[in-house]
Order: sequence, then structure tokens, then C-alpha cells
Amino acid sequence: MENWSLVSLCVLLGLTARWTVSLNSYSGSSKPPMFGDYEAQRHWQEITYNLPVHQWYFNTTDNDLNYWGLDYPPLTAFHSFLCAHVAQLIDPEWVELHKSRGYESPAHKLFMRATVFIADIVIYIPAVVLYCLYLSDGSVRKKVSTMLGILLYPGLILIDHGHFQYNGVSLGLALWGVLGLGLGKDLLGSVAFTLALNYKQMELYHALPFFCYLLGKCAKQGLTHKGLILLVKISVTVVVSFAVCWLPFLSDPQQSLQVVRRLFPVARGLYEDKVANTWCSMNVLIKIRNQLSTDAQIYLSLISTLLAILPSSIKLFLNPTFWQFKLALVNSSLAFFLFSFQVHEKSILLAALPVCLLMNEIPLVSIWFLIASTFSMLPLLLKDGLLLPYAVTSVAFLFVSMYLLSALDRTTVDNLRARPYVRLFGTCFPRINIPLITKLKFALFLLAMAGLSFMSAALDPPAKLPDLFPVLVSLCAYFQFLGCMIYFNVIQLMEPSGKDDQKKVK
Amino acid sequence: MAAPMSESWSWFLALAFGVSLLKCLLINTYHSTDFEVHRNWLAVTHSLPLSRWYFEETSEWTLDYPPLFAWFEHGLSYIATYFDKEMLVVQNLNHASPATILFQRLSVICTDIVFIYAVKECCKCVQGGKGSKDLLGRPSFVLAVLLLWNLGLLVVDHIHFQYNGFLFGMLLLSIARHFQGRHLEGALLFALLLNLKHIYLYIAPAYGIYLLRSFCFSQDNKDGSLNWRSFSPVRLAALGAIVCSVFALSFGPFIVLGQLPQVLSRLFPFKRGLCHAYWAPNFWALYNVADKVLSVLGVKLKLLDASALPKASMTGGLVQEFQHSVLPSVSPLVTLVCTLISILPAVLKIWLRPSGAQGFLRCVVVCALGSFMFGWHVHEKAILVAILPLSLLAVESREDAGIFLVLATTGHFSLFPLLFTAPELPIKILLMLLFTLYSFASLRTVFRNKGGLISALEAVYLAGLVPLEVLCEFVYPCTVWRESFPFIPLLSTSVYCALGVSYSFIKLYLSLFRTESAGKLKSH
Repeated sequence: MENWSLVSLCVLLGLTARWTVSLNSYSGSSKPPMFGDYEAQRHWQEITYNLPVHQWYFNTTDNDLNYWGLDYPPLTAFHSFLCAHVAQLIDPEWVELHKSRGYESPAHKLFMRATVFIADIVIYIPAVVLYCLYLSDGSVRKKVSTMLGILLYPGLILIDHGHFQYNGVSLGLALWGVLGLGLGKDLLGSVAFTLALNYKQMELYHALPFFCYLLGKCAKQGLTHKGLILLVKISVTVVVSFAVCWLPFLSDPQQSLQVVRRLFPVARGLYEDKVANTWCSMNVLIKIRNQLSTDAQIYLSLISTLLAILPSSIKLFLNPTFWQFKLALVNSSLAFFLFSFQVHEKSILLAALPVCLLMNEIPLVSIWFLIASTFSMLPLLLKDGLLLPYAVTSVAFLFVSMYLLSALDRTTVDNLRARPYVRLFGTCFPRINIPLITKLKFALFLLAMAGLSFMSAALDPPAKLPDLFPVLVSLCAYFQFLGCMIYFNVIQLMEPSGKDDQKKVK
Repeated sequence: MAAPMSESWSWFLALAFGVSLLKCLLINTYHSTDFEVHRNWLAVTHSLPLSRWYFEETSEWTLDYPPLFAWFEHGLSYIATYFDKEMLVVQNLNHASPATILFQRLSVICTDIVFIYAVKECCKCVQGGKGSKDLLGRPSFVLAVLLLWNLGLLVVDHIHFQYNGFLFGMLLLSIARHFQGRHLEGALLFALLLNLKHIYLYIAPAYGIYLLRSFCFSQDNKDGSLNWRSFSPVRLAALGAIVCSVFALSFGPFIVLGQLPQVLSRLFPFKRGLCHAYWAPNFWALYNVADKVLSVLGVKLKLLDASALPKASMTGGLVQEFQHSVLPSVSPLVTLVCTLISILPAVLKIWLRPSGAQGFLRCVVVCALGSFMFGWHVHEKAILVAILPLSLLAVESREDAGIFLVLATTGHFSLFPLLFTAPELPIKILLMLLFTLYSFASLRTVFRNKGGLISALEAVYLAGLVPLEVLCEFVYPCTVWRESFPFIPLLSTSVYCALGVSYSFIKLYLSLFRTESAGKLKSH
């Protein structure tokens, strides 16, 4: 079969999965007074459509910031503005100021779902297709398999098309950035990434690798001649794209400051709900939130995050190859997720995106991580009534990717890139079988995740411990994330410089 | 004919498992009144004694499938008690709790195991494609996808809601058994199938003649004609015993109760109109339109008196009764005769010059398509009876592949009006693109050294479905005619598709006589 038809079949399958998931319920469906993220997005349309730009981020009589106030950067606001105009054409009631609060109807749901669907078609899916075709190694068959795997990643589908958010836009733009850098179009890549950053501030998780990669590349070309010119070019591009995004808010410093304050709400605490990160998991043993002041918490999380990203960033700066860049993206976003301040469970998607990009090279561990990341959002998905699509898409992803990428067969020490581990443990246990141990651990954790999913869905928690299942879920996910972070760091840091050159983009 | 089974079948399980997961994702989609129909049957067969099954009429959706299907529902109802007992109460009309939906949907998905097994048996029957090492170009692989991922079954069973999957499973399994020479098993399966859903009566002539000719007569003369002396009474007796016992098992209890006329009147309701509410794309759709065009022309040319014509005969496509104004009106008897005439040549052909199971299969397809073209009150879903068996032929010969592409594309497109709700619009378009793209790309790969599959004219016709869909679903609802002529989209869909289906029917007929020599070569 021709390649283009294989690619189109993959894309169609991905789209079908997305739309079927979108037929299910969404976050906060008929749950007044606050509803959920669906209402938040609808409310932003209402605000941006009816109010002048300079009121968007301010608390006024018409804009109650306590009711889903806009707290994403300008591009999100512009996107809402655009959607609002379309909505207004179809039915003005959907975005009427004040009166439309909590508006829900089948037609409106269809419209909202369509906006996410279209955003995916325009931004995320083309990026995935191009990435797989041009930047992953191997035969066409293998590229297409990777593509299908990435397109079927359940976490993103469930959050965007089930729970309701537009992560596909920010992640898609970031992926366009990766694509630009991978293809040597550094300027275009930086523009795309700047846009991503201006769509969702959480993209900061990916910022350091982009910065270190580009800086390292300039340094390699010599910071006195060619490299300097490149550096200046990139900086100018980034500054200009930032300025364009923030244009309406630049007239008055108060405006920009207010936007920044809205983007980084430090008052909201170390973490929300049950997140599979270090602070929430430590909470089982020590109640950090009660023992330290907010400032101390911020410093603690800041320092530990910095410590966690530094090694991978330095290595990337010294050795700016595309392979190192991809690994650094994983390590940086995982470090942020596990250690930074005010983390949401959905932020794991930021780590999941770069792991998707490793599916071709390190199938088993990547798939494992991606499944675990979906699993970590289970309490949220259960709240939204997405149990069935969660179960089906997870099983489908696990099965399809394991089968097509033959993940269980590609588990020699070299496939797993576990040489460093062999060197490390080999001295004490000369007969250690790392592939076998990995597979056993994988099976064990799969069982644990399946069991916990079943218990969360089917059983009532004991009266004394109402949060038992969410805590167990987040702990189980936390250990897997931590393990993955160590693993990916070891791969990135121990990779000898000579081998990296083979991994460079062709 | 069986291909060596040494290679791994993991791909087959992957395909089957994959499509089952897709079916699970469709659980929360729209379901039609057929959902309530089957819920009611569950309730009727569970809570009432046998003697009242075919008399119960609390719901308007009375039991109108043969007894074995009623027993099937009865069996399902025992499992249903673990999901939601309320669905088993006859008075709970339109009961659709989440547990009920889950149970009914899962029951379709699970019984599809029969279909999956049948497809596997069918895949063993096609030539293994020795030339191609590439899995994606192997006929058995292509066939598996065309059957397992068949768009029509996904739409009709897993969105619209019906139990065609396992019924087609029995049909395909019975066809596969004939290919494997296990004729008695094949006959048993088909007899069971007839007692599950009587729509398959349309292809019974092909079965009857084939079994009589190629099973009861064990030898041919050298020129392929009938050898009367090779008649085997034992075989005929065995065949008769099997068929009769199945029918006795199914209808026996009702004969004992003296309810046979009631059961039959439920099974064959001739009170319905010539065409279903939405016209199936067959000969009668063209006939109706020709009638309308002639009457309009007649009035324009002053040949007809406008006041003498029946009024508003074309609120149509929406009303079942249809009065013809110029052409003669059609009675059930006429459709029956037309159907019989249309399938007669095909049946005669396998009597006079049988060309093995292959010829039998072709005859089955012709019978299915002939009855679809000329039958009384045909449903658009019945096109699947032709499309699915035709898939088997399509992967083995280039001409059949061309017919298949035209028939499957138009036939599947004509199912679109079944799903008229807005949220399902993207699904049906995506699934249609998926299936059509795959069938074109894969069949082209299978026959890559043998030239094109469809002619330029056919390609233009098929491409015309795209603007048709855009006009019907997107443009027309925005125009002012939406209120005054709501039936135009349905009408144009069914007429446009009727052209393609009729064309395929004619082409299939021609192939019936052309493949005589080729078919004989193959059987050696």
C-alpha cells in the first residue's frame, strides 16, 4: 500500500478515537454553581467577546475573576475570542454576558467539541505526522506505527476531548517547535515554541531544553562569529513574537503586570487535589503544607526543581544533539512535574509529549510511562464520568503500540539503552538480567494499575479513609514517574558523546 | 483451496481485537428505535410464556423475527438480569438506563465472536497470495480487514443497533464450510440462520439449488453437465433430515400450540408499503422517480390532466404509501415475480454449469442483490447481505474487485440516512473515509500488476458522492427549501445510490456468464 494511504488511515483512526471520546460527558457537566473546565472555556469566550481587551484580566463588575477568571496567557484569550465570534454567529445566547453562565445544551456541547477537534486537526495532528515522517528512524512501516501510537495516546485524547481543554494547541505548537529545531529551522522552531509558551504558561516545563539546545548550538558554532549571529537572530525572533502576542497589553505596564500575576497564582498552594508528584506523595508521611510557610514552600520547590533539571540541561548545553534534546525535554518536564510549585495532575501531559517522541527508540519504557501517565489522571476522569473511554482507550493504546512497535521483542540491553545499568550493577551481580527485570516490573505495575483502576471504579472506600484510592493511585503513579525520571536521566547523562553523533538528524 | 496455515495469525487477532475496542468506543453513540425493539423482545421472551411471545403487543415493536431469534433473546435475558432487571419488564417502554445500554451494546459486541471466527475461516479459503511477502498485500489480510472492519456492520450494529454481526457470522461460516467441502455443516448453519432472521430467505434459492446439484449429485459428466445416475439418496436424506429437524425445533412448539398462522403473519407483514420510509437505493426508487418525472412532464406538455393525478404523491421518502400516477402501481406479487425472474438465470446457471463453491458464492451475491433490487419493502440495510459475501470474491479477481468497490461505496453511503443526528455526523464520515480509503488502497495493492480496478466513469460517479454528501448534510439544511421539501436530501441520496447499485447488479450478472471458463480453470 502507498505510504500516503497508510498515513491517512492512521490519522483517520486517531480522529475517530477523538470524536467517539468526545461524545461522552465533560468536566463539570450539570454541576452548578462552579461547573468545570468546560464552563471555564465557555466563560472565557463570553468575557473576551463582550469586554474590551484591557478588562480581560482585571476584576471588574462585569468580570468576576473568582468565577473562572482568565489565567492563561494572551494566545488562549485570543483563541477564545475567535471561538466566541463563531459561537455568536450560531447562537448569541452561548456567549451572552452574565446570562450565559453555566449554559449547557447538546448543540453547545457539539460546538465546543468541534472547536477542540478542529484545533487538533489544524495544529497537533500535522505536527505529529511530520515529526514521524521526517524525524523518526526506520522503515516507513515503523514510522507509521509510531504515528498511530502517538495519535492514540489516551491521556491527551481523554483530557482534551473528554474532560475538555485545549492542550492539543499548546502541545502541538511545542511539537512544531521541536520539529523546527529537528529540521534545522531554528528560527521557525523558536517562533512556534514562543507561541506555545504564550498559549499556556505550563510550556515553561519545556523552555529550558529549548534554551539550552539553541544556546549550545550557537556556542558550538563559536560565540564570536557565526554562533553570535545565530544567537542574535534567535533572540530577536523570540522577543518580537512575544511582543506581538502581548501587543494589546504593552501599552500600560499595569496591564502586563496584571497578566503575569494572573498567570502565576502563588497563593494557590503547593499542589492541588491529588497529584502524583513528590510533595503530594510526601504528604502521606509529612504534612509539608502545614509545617512550612508559603515562601519556604516556594523556595524549597524552586531549589529542588533546579537541582533536578540542572544535570540534563548542562549536558544538553555541552552536547546539543537532537537526541539529547528530546531526552532533555522529558527530563525537564518530569523534573518540573515532580518538584515544582502548584502542579496539576493534567501537567503530566507535558512530560508525556516528549516521551511520545521516544516511542520509536525506546518502545517499552515509553509505552509504560504513557500508560502510567493516563492512569495518574484516573481520579479526575472518574469525576468526569469518563471511566468507559478511559478503559477502552488505555487498553487500545497499550495493545496497538505494543503490537505495532513489537515492544516486548525489542528489549535487549541495547534496546533498553541499559548499558549504564549493566556497568553499574554488573560488578556486584555479574549475572543480572536487566531486560527480564524490566519486563517483570512492567507486568507488575500493569497489574497494580489495572487493579487500582478496578477498585477505584467499583469499590467504595472505607469510611475512615475516603481518599484511599486517589492516594494509592497517585502514589503508584509517582513511583513510576520517579523511576522513569531516573532512567531517562541516566540515559541522557551516561550517553557517551561519540554515540550521539549517530543519533543526529539525517 | 485452503492456504497453508503455517504462518502466524497474530495479525488476525490484532485486527479483531482492535475493531472490538472501536466498537466499545461506540457504546455511547446514538441508538435508534431498534434498541427499544430488542429491549422489548428481551422483556417479552423473559417474562412471558412461549404461547404469548407472538401475541404480546404492549409495545408497538412486536416480535417479528423467527422463533430461534426469540430463544436467543430469551437466553440473553438471563444475563441481562445481572445488569438491570427493569429492562425485562414489558411495561417499561423506552427503558434505556446506562446499565441497559451497556448490556445491550456489549451483547452485540460479544456475539460478534461468531462473526470473527467465521471471518477467520473465510480467510483460510482464499488463495494465500504466494507472490506477495508483504502482509498488507496478502488477499487473506485484506479480506479480514474488509469483513471485520466493514463499515456497514459498524454503523448498523454498533451505532444504529441490531444483531447482524453474529447472523452474518453464521452466513459466512456456512459459506466457508461449503468451500471446505463440509456441506452438511454448511446446510445446518444456514437452516439455523433462516430460523434466526428470515431475510436470508432471499438467498435460500442459491443454497437449495447448489446443495441439490453439487452435493446430492456426486459426479458431473465430462462436459460439466448433470449426471443423473450419480444421484445419492443418502445425501438427500441427510440434508432433508438436518433442515427439517431445525425447522421442527424452531416452529414445532408453535405448531403444537396452533399458533403457526399468527407467527407467520408477524414474520411477513405485507401491510407495509412498496418502499421503506427512506427508499432503499433499488429499482423501485428509480421507478418512483421516473413516475414523478413523467407526471410532471405530462402536465407540462398538456398530455395529462393535473387534477386527475393523485395529490401530493411525493411527500415521499417520508410516507410509506406511494401512489403512482403514470406508471402502473406495484403489488407485492409483482415484486415477487420480478425478484424470481431476476435471480432465475443465476440459479439456472449453477444448476446447468456449477463451478464449485466459487460459483455458488457468486450466485448467493446475485440472489441477495436481485432481491434487494426488486423486493417488497426492502430496507437499506439489506445491501449488506450482498456486500459482505462479495468481499470474498473481491480479493480474488480484479473484475469482482471493481464491482465490489462501486457496490460497497454506494451501498455504504446509502446507509448514511440511518444516522441523522449531528454528533454522529463526523463518525459516519470518518468511518466511511476509513473504510473506502482502505478498500481502494488495499485492493489496488492486491492487484497491482493487473491494471486499474475501476473505469474513469465509475471513478467520476463515486467522486460525485462527495458533493452529494456536502449538499445534503451541509448546504441543503441552510436553504429555504428545508421546510417545504424536507425529503429532497433522502430522495437524492437514494436515487444517486440506486444508479450505482443497479450498475453493479448488471455488471455482476455479466460476470456470472463471463467467468465460466475462468472458474473452471480455478477449480482444478
